[in-house]
Amino acid sequence: MNIITTAIIATGIIGLISAVVITVASKLMFVKVDVRVAKIRNALPGANCGACGLSSCDSYAEALAKGETATNLCPPGGDAAFTLINEILEIARSDEAKFVKKTAIVHCLGDNATAHQKIEYVGIETCFAAQELYGGESACTFGCIGYGDCVRVCPDDAICVEDGLVRFDPRKCSGCGVCMDVCPTGVITVQLAPVTVAVKCKNTERGRVVKDKCTKGCIGCTKCVKECPVEAITVENSLAEIDYEKCTGCAKCVAVCVKKCLVKVEDAG
Amino acid sequence: MEIDFRALLVILMSTALVNNYVLRQFLGVCPFLGVSKDIKSSACMGVSVTFVMLMAAAVTWPIQTFLLDPQGLGFMQTVVFILVIATLVQLVEVVLKRYMPALFASLGVYLPLMTTNCAVLAVTITNITGGHTYIESLVHALGAGLGFLLAMIIFTGIREQNENADPPESFKGIPITLISAAILSMAFFAFDGVIDNLFR
Repeated sequence: MNIITTAIIATGIIGLISAVVITVASKLMFVKVDVRVAKIRNALPGANCGACGLSSCDSYAEALAKGETATNLCPPGGDAAFTLINEILEIARSDEAKFVKKTAIVHCLGDNATAHQKIEYVGIETCFAAQELYGGESACTFGCIGYGDCVRVCPDDAICVEDGLVRFDPRKCSGCGVCMDVCPTGVITVQLAPVTVAVKCKNTERGRVVKDKCTKGCIGCTKCVKECPVEAITVENSLAEIDYEKCTGCAKCVAVCVKKCLVKVEDAG
Repeated sequence: MEIDFRALLVILMSTALVNNYVLRQFLGVCPFLGVSKDIKSSACMGVSVTFVMLMAAAVTWPIQTFLLDPQGLGFMQTVVFILVIATLVQLVEVVLKRYMPALFASLGVYLPLMTTNCAVLAVTITNITGGHTYIESLVHALGAGLGFLLAMIIFTGIREQNENADPPESFKGIPITLISAAILSMAFFAFDGVIDNLFR
């Protein structure tokens, strides 16, 4: 017999035996898996964003089936995934364990026109790299750098960069907070939705310094504090901050803000 | 059959130390660099590699001796060995999943990695080219595995020290890791001649 034929037959037989052995072994020694894991996994969006605190949607589904974690931890899945998971796990939907929708806010209005430029940055176009070099192009080192590190990680496609400033689409944002983790300046925060008003500045320097750096920076004049009927606004380090647990969204503060950095969120996007 | 324990000990020591697969022959460097971040996973990887090497040697030697050689199919060695090792790893995975779920959970990620590990293939091929007997092959595989485990654990220790050290900015991360690996490899050259003089 030809040596090539022998080789083909011999390898074929070895391969066949291997295949049979593996198939038989996996049939004989199959392990019972929880069918709910696959079902839950299908209900999850598969973004693997890590907002639930586990590394992937797979591990979250496994943890849910074992009852190790709460069902309301998936922001990209939102209310729909929450309801589905509860149905699969047959958990009665109580008011305490309601799904809390969150949304991300970028606390900056410093686009190319409003924030003064300090240097001209030529290099790798990421916020992280730009921030390493004197804190970025803008004179203000607290604000948005605008190279869109957050855009690249967003699982919901809810962020875009316009005029050197990132903008969020509140309808798309699921509040997973991945953008918050990659932002080198910490200008993004995640708040309980719906957010109606927001202080769009993070600069804690004195009012006069802020004025020189940006036309829309918070100077800490405390006008909003006096205006707020529910005392939800505080000013610390000449920067206003809203307590969203108290805020009713009446937007009276927006009207009095001198620098127009306290805005309605729909307006700013 | 009489077994020469002295010869076996020489094979064991020489594969584990002098001809260490990772640090002297530069085989299996991928898991050596990839899975050596913490001691637990590197030890797990080392133990699984040892295990798979032993199994592979136990299966491939008879295949070569009783199947390929009589048919004059020695040239199919590489293909057949890869096939058999892959099957074996899959089988081990299935068995572990069924009977030792705890062990499977800790080794789970590393077992499939071993399927295409060049060190495993190299051990089985060296068994044939080195003209080892069956027992010698097993001992050689065990030595290779232990050598891998040793290298992994030492290197993990070095990497943990590197974490705490403060190398110059441009050396941080991968560069200092590769330099440490090179120095460790050079250190293993000191085992040259140990075996000759030890068992004289």
